[in-house]
Amino acid sequence: MTPLVISAGTAISAAGAGIDALRAALQSRRSGLTPCDFAGLATGFVGRVEGVEAHALPDALARFDCRNNRLADMALRLDGFAGAVTQAASFYGPARIGVVVGTSTSGILSAEDACLAHDRETGALPADFDQSHTQDLFSLPRYVAAALDLGGPLLTVSNACASSSRAFVDARYWIETGLCDAVVVGGADSLCRMTLLGFASLGLVAPTATRPCDADRQGISIGEGAGFALLEREGARDARTAAGIFARFLGYGASSDGHHMSSPDPEGRGAAVAMQAALERAGLAPEDIGYINLHGTGTLVNDAMEDTAVAAVFGTAVPCSSTKGWTGHTLGASGIVETMIAAIVLRDGLLPGCLNVTSIDPAFRSRVLDRNVKKSVRHVMSNAFGFGGTNCSLIFGAAP
Amino acid sequence: MKIGVRGLGLWGPGLAGWKQGQAVLRGNVPLADAELPPPAPACLPPNERRRCGPVTRLALAAAAEACVHADMDPAELASVFATSNGDGPVVNAILSAIVAGAGEVSPTQFHNSVHNAAAGYWTIGHGSIAPATALGCYDWSFAQGLMRAAAEAVIEKRPVLFVAYDQPIPGPIGTVRITRSAFACALVLDPDGAGHMQLDLQYGAGRMDDDTLEIDRLNDMAHFNPAARSLPLLAAIARGDATQVRLTCRPGHLTVRLS
Repeated sequence: MTPLVISAGTAISAAGAGIDALRAALQSRRSGLTPCDFAGLATGFVGRVEGVEAHALPDALARFDCRNNRLADMALRLDGFAGAVTQAASFYGPARIGVVVGTSTSGILSAEDACLAHDRETGALPADFDQSHTQDLFSLPRYVAAALDLGGPLLTVSNACASSSRAFVDARYWIETGLCDAVVVGGADSLCRMTLLGFASLGLVAPTATRPCDADRQGISIGEGAGFALLEREGARDARTAAGIFARFLGYGASSDGHHMSSPDPEGRGAAVAMQAALERAGLAPEDIGYINLHGTGTLVNDAMEDTAVAAVFGTAVPCSSTKGWTGHTLGASGIVETMIAAIVLRDGLLPGCLNVTSIDPAFRSRVLDRNVKKSVRHVMSNAFGFGGTNCSLIFGAAP
Repeated sequence: MKIGVRGLGLWGPGLAGWKQGQAVLRGNVPLADAELPPPAPACLPPNERRRCGPVTRLALAAAAEACVHADMDPAELASVFATSNGDGPVVNAILSAIVAGAGEVSPTQFHNSVHNAAAGYWTIGHGSIAPATALGCYDWSFAQGLMRAAAEAVIEKRPVLFVAYDQPIPGPIGTVRITRSAFACALVLDPDGAGHMQLDLQYGAGRMDDDTLEIDRLNDMAHFNPAARSLPLLAAIARGDATQVRLTCRPGHLTVRLS
């Protein structure tokens, strides 16, 4: 594929607000996970973002107020991102910049709160519950476009935990067909009762902080996060910003498992196909990839499946790790948060080893890192998989 | 973007499949009142058929019909599924469990609550590893999804199955997000231009309303179901007219020229 560039980027998660905080957390191996105290639920550990409750949206956009859009708004205000988009809009025109985002549950927390507060006699929901601007999946790109004053086409992709990775694919389609000159791509997912209780009901939540790739891993820690990247054609303008995030988007592969709704194909057939397709689109060989940021959720089956697929495609030499020990599993936002980690890896040569690992699963064949490694790399793969058997691999490259 | 339509599927009130629905949309047959349940998804084994909800059955009925009509193997087709509401009954059941304070939700309901559930069941049913994308774009899900599916077909140079579906949401959320009937349609889009009809899609900035139809009850259907906003386009395809249809595609609009 013709490479695109990420000319600006931002992310917020429990690992930190903004790229510098995320980088510092990675360097110092400081996890953002804490015992769950959300909505009265004690479900393992969570990656909860500080300050969401106190954050206010601009008055003119108050109807969009929900935890998910607050997280998105917090991210937009970090890393000089909104300013970078304004610059791009003055170059291309606001109608030429689209918004393509991934989210799995959008503002469902607002629907939960509204249902909990419904009138027991009439059944009526509180009058201030605005379903289309909060709970609905399309509320997120509408909010982002309104906050950034953009007029291009909007899209929400909701492929469970691969949502914001898949958004990069959709954004590329928008740019390649000439529908847009640039796209604000990313996503947000926020803590809510539904996901905390849902993952617990499936027995997938670890009692301690998640330990991806450990022999004794016991499941995920649910996190929340938001992030955005400004994606545009290479060479269309001098787009390097002061924020320091710059990476090339070189390839992607999307596939399905065709296996089971909530359990991955243990052979990792679909996952391997996605990784292979990403390499082919990028015109790269497996040995060209310097680091793989695993989906690495910390469940028994995901990590084992992913190891099988990585070993099948890459053999045993390419360093890989999961960063869910820092952020928790931010579900539909994991793709964009981990894209920002990929950009940090490319810039700083910092390969983050999995957190909370006592001993790497002895059955694994791929080269899982459990401590940070300093090594300059040119290409990074980022994996995301989700319920419904959906897989997406992205490849990012360093600035030329 | 130019794209051929190789096959169609349809399910809605008084519209039981493309063949029957086509006659209604042409104005040859009156629109019946009957809201029939869609056929059971033949691609799913009995246990998966039991687990999936009515909205998945609805989506898969239209998807399967379009593939048969196009004479294409569903396992080989990349797909795009667009729905505003997703699985309303499942989300309602989970919200009810949260309100009941039991502290538990059903694991099956939880994995069915993902927006890509129908897409997941479709790929599971056909053992397909082709990519399946799930979109949620409120009232504009059909036009946004059509544009996105056509873009994939054109850029990847391969046919794409596009399915749009929505059904009413029960419970409290359904009192504020009103969807009156179940409706699904599907189109197999071919970038080589092969097919019954050629579409030329043009996105334009600026808000414009959807085109309307001569049959008021179809306009009502379109007004109260995001997937049924496809009806002006489906009617034009049914008639085989070389015409132009305009669909709202927030923040802009989509103009579809048929030939």
